Amino acid sequence: MLAQQLANGVLLGATYALFALGFTLMFGVLRVINLVYGFYFTAGAFFSLWLAQAGWPLIAALPAAAVGAGVVAVALDWLLLTRLRRAHADELASLMVTLGAVLALYAAATAWLGPDIRRLPPDLVGGGAVDAIGVRVTFAQLLILAACGALVGLLVLLVRGTTLGLAIRAMAEKPDAAALMGIDTARLAALVSFISGSLAGAGGVLIGLNFNAIHPYMGEQMMLRGFVVVIVGGLGDIFGALLAGLLLGVVEVLTAGYLASGLKEAVGFAILVLVLWTRPAGLFGRADARRA
Amino acid sequence: MLQVIGLTVAYGRTEAVRGIDLSVAQGQVVTLIGANGAGKTTILRTLSGLIRPRAGRIVLDGQDIAGMRPHRIAARGMVQVPEGRQIFASLTVAENLVLGGWTQRGAAETQRRRDSVLGRFPRLRERLTQNAGALSGGEQQMLAIGRALMATPRLLLLDEPSMGLAPLFIEEIFAIIAELKADGVTILLVEQNASAALEVADIAHVLEVGRVTLSGPAARVAADPAVVAAYLGG
Ligand SMILES: Nc1ncnc2c1ncn2[C@@H]1O[C@H](COP(=O)(O)OP(=O)(O)OP(=O)(O)O)[C@@H](O)[C@H]1O
Ligand SMILES: [Mg+2]
Repeated sequence: MLAQQLANGVLLGATYALFALGFTLMFGVLRVINLVYGFYFTAGAFFSLWLAQAGWPLIAALPAAAVGAGVVAVALDWLLLTRLRRAHADELASLMVTLGAVLALYAAATAWLGPDIRRLPPDLVGGGAVDAIGVRVTFAQLLILAACGALVGLLVLLVRGTTLGLAIRAMAEKPDAAALMGIDTARLAALVSFISGSLAGAGGVLIGLNFNAIHPYMGEQMMLRGFVVVIVGGLGDIFGALLAGLLLGVVEVLTAGYLASGLKEAVGFAILVLVLWTRPAGLFGRADARRA
Repeated sequence: MLQVIGLTVAYGRTEAVRGIDLSVAQGQVVTLIGANGAGKTTILRTLSGLIRPRAGRIVLDGQDIAGMRPHRIAARGMVQVPEGRQIFASLTVAENLVLGGWTQRGAAETQRRRDSVLGRFPRLRERLTQNAGALSGGEQQMLAIGRALMATPRLLLLDEPSMGLAPLFIEEIFAIIAELKADGVTILLVEQNASAALEVADIAHVLEVGRVTLSGPAARVAADPAVVAAYLGG
């Protein structure tokens, strides 16, 4: 029972981590608190739904939906945030602008698509499962885990192992100095938006798959968890977000399993408050939390 | 090589730079001296494209680059060592140098530049794998200059390279500037350390609250009684 709960928790947490990674990357590099981020999650989920309904296999629908969400992210960030960045506006300004924008976007999406919960076509993933040491894991869950692992690995490889990643880290630390080096910071910012949006979109597809429920406001519910993960992990800290995401997934599943299902969100926020009280720089608190 | 004509730069309503003219010819060292808040950094940031000018022209190699984005200006060979060094503290010394060579294509050329920079700054070679933030102030300034040299600058903009350094390092930095000059690098040097700057420069401009109040050969500016009184501790 406990082993099964832990497995479910890790699987859920992997998706949280994936989602939070994009958010923390965006904050760490572009220094904006982008609340529209949750909308990219919704967008990814709906893109995958539509593609699946059009008969695409998941292996193609997942990357296409992620790319679609990335494109939406580039467009919206450019529209909402370029001016703020150019004016060197502070984080509060980005918070307010994106809060207004995301509420409008959710309302518009709901008006257009309706508030109902949609289901993915039943044959999208085989219904099989594997059993090992008393733990049962469905194919869908395995696929989620593999996709999360691959995307996280790719991101870390990009940021830590390439010259492009080096430029991203330089821009995260000192955007003006990076521009003086000849780095096209506007283009790099768009690339970071794209990567973040794609991660959110992929997260949307995978959570849609995990719970088989897709609706316009799903990004907002996710955003609350994203906040918990990103703050507990330390804003801007990739590895912190990874660990905190897994942690939150496990805690939620254990709470739902052993206490009460309705309490799982409360526990997440209790952790958030505790961490902010005791370790404001995040659980794995390094003094400079802005590490992309 | 560089002509600045009637350059005006404002922050909101306050004009920090008011219609200045300036020119730098190939191979020259031109210095811009002035007190705190005179507008020196504002001028250099505008030249590099980090600030859009309110009015005026910035002509580099015959082309107006006013309002051009910074990365394009750097790619044209006008490279800045900014005030306060602005090295990437969380990255290693080697990574800082790689970023300095961003506009250079080709691994062989980058390697050649790096060897030449490390030849000029042997202390950096010993610290290649260290985080740049762990360097001393003087070493950070060397890294900032070395990083700019990675871009093969044709015109180097230096913003107060001696700021905050111990006297020994200040001497070293000015020796490096003299060396660069001997190697034929064109330099626009902003300094508060007027005596050292006037010594190395060919041409000097004195900036006071956003206006150039005196220009001419460095030796003549250095002999001006007002300059002696205000900047040379005379
Ligand atoms: N970002 C800014 N916003 C508003 N005013 C500014 C800004 N930067 C500089 N100023 C103002 O513009 C004027 C010129 O500043 P600048 O930094 O160019 O001077 P400086 O000659 O480089 O001084 P220092 O020798 O101290 O470096 C000053 O009055 C300064 O207060
Ligand atoms: Mg200055």
